[in-house]
Amino acid sequence: MNNQTALLSVRDLQVHFLMDEGVVKAVDGVTFDVHAGQIFGIVGESGCGKSVTMKAVLRIVEPPGKIVGGEILWRHRSKQDGSAGDPVVDLVKFDANSKAMRDIRGAEIALIPQEPMASFSPVHTIGDQIIEAILLHQDVSKRAARQIALQMFKDVGIPIPEQRLDEYSWQLSGGLRQRAIIAMALSCNPRLLIADEPTTAVDVTTQAQVLRLLRRLQAQRNAAIIFITHDLGVIAQMADYVMVMYLGLVMEQGTVNDIFHAPKHPYTQALLRSIPTITMTPRISLPTISGSIPHPFNKPRGCPFHPRCEKAITGKCDARTPALQLIGEKQLVSCFLYHDAEVAA
Amino acid sequence: MLRFIVQRLLLLPFLLILFSIIVFWLVQAPPGDFLTSYIATLASGGSSINEAQVEALKRQFGLDQPGYVQYLLWMESISKGDLGLSLEYQRPNTELIGERLVLTIALALFAFFITWAVAIPAGIYSATHQNSLLDYFFAVLNYIGVATPNFMLALILMWIAFSNFGLSITGLFSPEYIQAPWSGERVVDLLKHIWLPAIVLGIAGTARLTRVMRANLLDELNKPYVVSARAKGLSEWKLVWKYPVRLAINPLVSTIGWYLPQLFSGSLIVATVMNLQNIGPLLLRALTQQDMYLAGSILLIYCFLTIVGTLISDVLLALVDPRIRMEGV
Repeated sequence: MNNQTALLSVRDLQVHFLMDEGVVKAVDGVTFDVHAGQIFGIVGESGCGKSVTMKAVLRIVEPPGKIVGGEILWRHRSKQDGSAGDPVVDLVKFDANSKAMRDIRGAEIALIPQEPMASFSPVHTIGDQIIEAILLHQDVSKRAARQIALQMFKDVGIPIPEQRLDEYSWQLSGGLRQRAIIAMALSCNPRLLIADEPTTAVDVTTQAQVLRLLRRLQAQRNAAIIFITHDLGVIAQMADYVMVMYLGLVMEQGTVNDIFHAPKHPYTQALLRSIPTITMTPRISLPTISGSIPHPFNKPRGCPFHPRCEKAITGKCDARTPALQLIGEKQLVSCFLYHDAEVAA
Repeated sequence: MLRFIVQRLLLLPFLLILFSIIVFWLVQAPPGDFLTSYIATLASGGSSINEAQVEALKRQFGLDQPGYVQYLLWMESISKGDLGLSLEYQRPNTELIGERLVLTIALALFAFFITWAVAIPAGIYSATHQNSLLDYFFAVLNYIGVATPNFMLALILMWIAFSNFGLSITGLFSPEYIQAPWSGERVVDLLKHIWLPAIVLGIAGTARLTRVMRANLLDELNKPYVVSARAKGLSEWKLVWKYPVRLAINPLVSTIGWYLPQLFSGSLIVATVMNLQNIGPLLLRALTQQDMYLAGSILLIYCFLTIVGTLISDVLLALVDPRIRMEGV
């Protein structure tokens, strides 16, 4: 929670989609900090705003989406060496397509996109697309850029890298494509890597390999990773710190231990109950969260989770929105069961 | 790739023979022959010819022979590179077609360049600025462009030019240059006239191509590779040109080959309405006069160019799209 040490500090971020049918508040006041070298997990169901939050950090939210409030404070890599004096910039203040923003995007904050299968252009070679990223951010010759790309391919464990560079993405297997995407994201030595459900499209064996690879690279390069997924198992395995989102709001955040062993928010508790465990009695149906996610156009008043919450307090949870408050040492929860602070209307 | 091209080229003669039979049959299909319409023309002019003269002409033109003999004779001369003699003009067909070829191709190329030069940028703008004012403006223009028959447009423009400015905008040359030999001044005169028919001919194609380009690009703009390119820090303008535009144009490249027969045909109706001296009116007249060898030759060349054009399209598509190129090997 310290602004001085955080690499990325998102403050009350609001991203709204202004559609003909109304306003969708995809991200509605999200606050979190990511520190250098940390693996920060974000979990939530589809449509909870986790991907939009990350697109906002990169400033690549597509219209009609728009950042309407909040700050995205980024510790900018200064030209001189030494990280102590790095200036903090607010990415929200930049123009999305400005040179200043583009210098950060890809170089300091890189993305491992959601659909690695389709994330390379099918009519350009993989090498062409990676070398392009390197040339954008590093002052090197084309030949040197190719050498960097080649080294990246070796680092992520792509066999016969020289040949693979000149191939097209559709000539590679799913696992190799995934590695190539990671190589591209890492090619400019980013301080923060955003991995948006990077393993949803690959099989379990490949998933395990990719996760191991990410951990190894993260340790070697001391980069921070924001890891977005709806797979709690993956989060438990990867993350140091976890944030749980629901309908554009943060429900709870804390260390991976706190979240998995002492969940506070009823939503987190319900999510964890719905994971099958090896000790469970077989052939009984898993507990589910009753109801379904409300339509984004008519979000419930008050706490967004209250219609599905077993512990909802009538007259309170359906009227006021709880704020995110520190409970215990490192755990933050937005729930009236633990405190009385609410979001200012 | 090479094997594919050779295979296609080997198939070409067989297709041409098949098409030549169909063409010959079609040209012969209307009742009567060249002489019937020739006699009718003479009669309407007040003169007539007697039976003996008709018989003599019939023999001279080979019209007394059965159809298959006529066909075989035609094929024999074509195999020697001779397209036969026009019955009406009494001149070699090669010559008749040849002298109109330059104008036909010039006009079609102009229309082609106008179409692509306008449609591709307009389509890109519309897609990248979807639902903007200019996008709607282009959309309205495009609907009008697609919906208006081009000969109608030609008539309207001719009427406006004549009634408001007293200008005659038909033809491709000023009167003094129509029969003149080619010279620098004649080319300049051609350029002064050619833009209007080129626009008339190009407008429907432009409208259609703009819509197709817009739709293709809109599909591509939402693809994950665009997001990943943007996340690299590429500027929006460079990104759109390098990735989605390239992919959106790919399918259009395959249509370029189809322009080849169009280059040759000259738009028949517009050319007739605007009195353009290209192959269009020549074909129309040959058909109405039942000048069968001339009409047949033009149609056969048209078929030939269609086949070659399709082959060129396939090759172009393979060249621009590695997915097709590598599968084809």
